[in-house]
Amino acid sequence: MDPAEHLFRQEAGRLTAILTRLFGVHNLALAEDVVQDAFCRALETWKFHGMPKNPSAWLMTTAKNRALEILRREGTARKFAPELGRFLESEWTLAPVVQEHFETASIQDDQLRMMFSCVHPGIPEEAQLALILHLLCGFSVEETAAAFLKKASAMEKRIGRAKKTLAGSRHLFDLTGAGDVAQRLPAVLRALYLLFNEGYHGASAESPVRGDLCAEARRLVSLLLDNPQTSTPAAHALSALLCFLAARLPGRLDATGNLTLLVDQDRSTWDRTLIAEGRRQLELSASGSDVTPYHLEAAIADVHAQAARSDDTDWNGIIALYDTLMKIQPSPVVALNRAVALAQRDGPGRGLEAIALIDNRKRLARYPFYFAAMGEFELGLARRDEAREHFRAALALARSPMERRFLEGRIRECGDVSPRRRADPAKGA
Amino acid sequence: MSEFVFLYRGEGDMRKLSPQEAQQSMQKWMAWFKELEKKGHLKSIGQPLEREGKVVGGKKPVTDGPYAETKDIIGGYSLIEARNLDEAAELAAGCPGIQRGGLVEVRPVMPLNV
Repeated sequence: MDPAEHLFRQEAGRLTAILTRLFGVHNLALAEDVVQDAFCRALETWKFHGMPKNPSAWLMTTAKNRALEILRREGTARKFAPELGRFLESEWTLAPVVQEHFETASIQDDQLRMMFSCVHPGIPEEAQLALILHLLCGFSVEETAAAFLKKASAMEKRIGRAKKTLAGSRHLFDLTGAGDVAQRLPAVLRALYLLFNEGYHGASAESPVRGDLCAEARRLVSLLLDNPQTSTPAAHALSALLCFLAARLPGRLDATGNLTLLVDQDRSTWDRTLIAEGRRQLELSASGSDVTPYHLEAAIADVHAQAARSDDTDWNGIIALYDTLMKIQPSPVVALNRAVALAQRDGPGRGLEAIALIDNRKRLARYPFYFAAMGEFELGLARRDEAREHFRAALALARSPMERRFLEGRIRECGDVSPRRRADPAKGA
Repeated sequence: MSEFVFLYRGEGDMRKLSPQEAQQSMQKWMAWFKELEKKGHLKSIGQPLEREGKVVGGKKPVTDGPYAETKDIIGGYSLIEARNLDEAAELAAGCPGIQRGGLVEVRPVMPLNV
């Protein structure tokens, strides 16, 4: 991704974080207005005069001057950041404090503070992701809606409510409380993991914006890695996982833009630099005694990356990792993935057996990959009618045009309906 | 060659643009100017104008802006060279502001020598 391509977006996220810190979280709307103003000025002047040498610095200065103006003018009438209270009241300290907040190290912290604040326990998880994308990544409500395949009006409500909760929380998250940081970090990691997943499973030619989600999630994870408080082994493990998955992104689609199964992917398209970075992060994650699901998922992704061809995959190793994952974070989805690995090693019959043994299988009833996996196993056993039924069930649950196209292809693979199953032709007429 | 002033009017509310859209809009404008320059039509790129201002004269001697409907506010101007008014208008038709509801007023500069 060309960084200049999303310059405005990224700067919007940074500026919103800085200004919210200065104005206080209750003045979130004011911060957003100032950011908007800075972009309007940039747009108006740059189109005539060209882009300045350092566009980020230009935007920062414009926003900073406007912030100073507001803080001076409304300093008595309005309450700003309670954390900075007295420093903003006196002209002696005002300008230096504002200046300080526009400096690099501080901007990093402001973004982290905002990230932790968005993962507010009072905000539902889906809304947390939307809020992160909106406030930290500069996605408009419409763009956020498109990224999550939701209607703009629904997204507007969701983001509106989340902002209200955030603005009502009075303080931004306090990064100086080490205990609080450690306590909320898992929720932050989870939000970034989900944000990446949302993009990973939806990335498509029709909605290129979703591919950006993966890049944004990785950018935000790298912010965590830059801060000693948040660069925990778990954060490195998540970073490793996202590197491995991102490395495979180019192989997920074939030449015609259709989804390709992992075992069928052209592995020469995988990004070797990202795989190397994933390995480095995985090594960094191997300190301390905690093994998180991210460690295991990253290790699984690494095993896949090590196999030059799908036939070379160390399925024993992968199954062992899934077994451990089932111990520390058992879930029907993990069990399903384990069943897929078992089927790869021992054949599709074994996969079906493993699926039949999944606890809480009902929870997979809305999960298209559950039916798709069963379809693959049945197809592997040449039971085409059963396979077709499963693929149809998966198709009904598919979430993107790309998934639908893929599943339609699988249904065609099952061939025509066999005579004993064919519906009475007279009925349809 | 004759000279023309392009007055860029009433491009929709910029504040409604997302950062990504703002960036795209800017890139379109820059590409358009570049094209005009390459073809030798851009005498001077001109300047953007602030939205606020004062109107002096008339019944109320001094009026603070906004002094016209948004669609009439001039956002900037350029100096263009073209063979005639038709060609100038054709050039103006490619202005990205038009896609966002704006207008370009094309006015021939009155020459000194007739």
